[in-house]
Amino acid sequence: MPADLRTRVGHLDLPSPILTASGCAGTGRELAQFTDVARLGAVITKSVTLEPRAGNPSPRMAETPSGLLSSVGLQGPGLDGFLQRDLPWLLSRGARAFVSVAGHTTREYGELSSRLSDSAGVTALEVNLGCPDAAAAGRPFALDAAAAGAVVASVRGSARYDIPVFAKLSPEVTDIVAVARACVAAGADGLSMINTLPGMAIDPVTFRPALAGLSGGLSGPAIRPIAVRAVWMVSEALPDVPIIGCGGVRTGRDALEFLLAGASMVAVGTVLFHDPSACSRIQRELEEELAARGVDRVSDVVGRAHKTDVYATERRSWM
Amino acid sequence: MAGNDREGGVAPVQVRGTVLTVRRVDAYVAMTVVAPAIATRFRPGQFIAIAVGGQQSGMLARRTFSVHDVRPDHGGTVEFVFLPREPGAQWLADCRARDVLDVVGPLGRPFPLPRDPASCLLLGVGAGAPPLFALAARLTERQSATDFLLGAESADRVFGALTARRTGRSAVIATADGSLGARGSVVDMLPTVLQQARTDVIFASAPVAVLRSVCAMAGRYGIPVQALVSEPAMTCGTGLCMGCVLPAVGNDGITRMVRACVDGPVFRGDLIRWDDVGTIPFDALGAPGWKPRPGAANGAADGAVTEGRSHAG
Repeated sequence: MPADLRTRVGHLDLPSPILTASGCAGTGRELAQFTDVARLGAVITKSVTLEPRAGNPSPRMAETPSGLLSSVGLQGPGLDGFLQRDLPWLLSRGARAFVSVAGHTTREYGELSSRLSDSAGVTALEVNLGCPDAAAAGRPFALDAAAAGAVVASVRGSARYDIPVFAKLSPEVTDIVAVARACVAAGADGLSMINTLPGMAIDPVTFRPALAGLSGGLSGPAIRPIAVRAVWMVSEALPDVPIIGCGGVRTGRDALEFLLAGASMVAVGTVLFHDPSACSRIQRELEEELAARGVDRVSDVVGRAHKTDVYATERRSWM
Repeated sequence: MAGNDREGGVAPVQVRGTVLTVRRVDAYVAMTVVAPAIATRFRPGQFIAIAVGGQQSGMLARRTFSVHDVRPDHGGTVEFVFLPREPGAQWLADCRARDVLDVVGPLGRPFPLPRDPASCLLLGVGAGAPPLFALAARLTERQSATDFLLGAESADRVFGALTARRTGRSAVIATADGSLGARGSVVDMLPTVLQQARTDVIFASAPVAVLRSVCAMAGRYGIPVQALVSEPAMTCGTGLCMGCVLPAVGNDGITRMVRACVDGPVFRGDLIRWDDVGTIPFDALGAPGWKPRPGAANGAADGAVTEGRSHAG
């Protein structure tokens, strides 16, 4: 019998712990051609900005070993376009929308959150802290615990009380636990990790950087161990805070790894570019992986890697 | 998404396709894959996206290829043609009959076909030429005349010269080194060909630099161009990654960054801002110089650059 994937986080009741990572599912329409979006835990949307954005020049993507460098630059229709077209479409298909918000000032984040709260159908908010902070010479919010906390406080203060707020953390910090604590102290209901790592590739044919934006964010299976460690460390320090684990998830086994490290939900990102039906496949594989280990409910494995004593006594029966 | 076929219900599929044949054609590799679901849905100009490197591949970007032709044998086969230059394409070229590939398709907006018989010029450069032959067959079925203008650096890079000569009303070939046909580029030959063939519409598949010149010249003659773009390179092919954008003017006069994979790869030539490909024009929707017009429905239709299928000629 396949394991029960239903996931409860706070008052959210999701049919599955598998989500799409922000910026990797298009508007949802592109993905829906290959995957039933209603059966996913949720669709984390592309980051929504107040105004439309044209993004960065191309080339925006470069393939690296088991990874992808990207610098899309938050191209999107802006909040109005999102509310008029993209959000209603997701709802019409029965998908749950975790709306990712992005801005350059804490006020922009606040305004986005308040206007999103006014429209029906936002299941949760994810705060993209990877954007450059206009007040700190373009340094991303996520690199500074105080700046990240200020943004989260602004979002939490503007969003409706019953919409959970997840803060998306960057691994590019000395102490990710400190940033996590600051976000939780500022009111984050959960955390999402990790965002991309900065990277660069140079084209040996043109002798120029492969991306028009020179450097980009590295994602994909190449960064999975970094993500697992981040989830592990934050989960160890803040065991009661729900975590969305994200970074190079390719198979049900990878998803299980994140769950064991302490994530209650797992987002699939770059791998969707490689396999647009990856989410459905990963859900099926996760069910099988759990069933093969005699686990009935996915919630039973969340954070299990931290509990060495329980593992030791039960290991024999699993094998 | 006007003009996007997915709205019309012809959705792409993801299938496991068995390789039927792999053969060398001059500098190119031509591969045939059994994929009935793609073959039956295909229309000329559309492309497929293939995962390379096997199940645990470190190469995450799909390789995209314009479909050369589909055939009804084995339930439906899809043939595509490529240069085995980079590691992913080399991996594909090393596949053998009976290997199984993960293929997504058919993707993108096909070539619009003229409603009435027309004099059509099919212009292809290098690896851009293959998709023109399925189009030529469809045009011929509809009593349109087809003239070919093919170009490449050298003779071994000219794809389909023989087919063009056999099936086209006329075929002009130009190579940079003069090893086949005239010495020069297709752009040099274009004015003569346009006049001799009394061309009504140009279907072009070439590098952006050539498409820019072709569209500029066709504009002077008042001839519409349907241009199939192959740059910027696609990463997913399905519209998810937002990697393959280029600036296009919508029917409302607003420039948007549109995705070649879902809004193209075939675009009306006069709507692409060729000089600005690879940049974000200052006045594009959401660019630094863009100002929302009061009361205007900004960005109301992201894909409004492409029109209905019957507006070609």
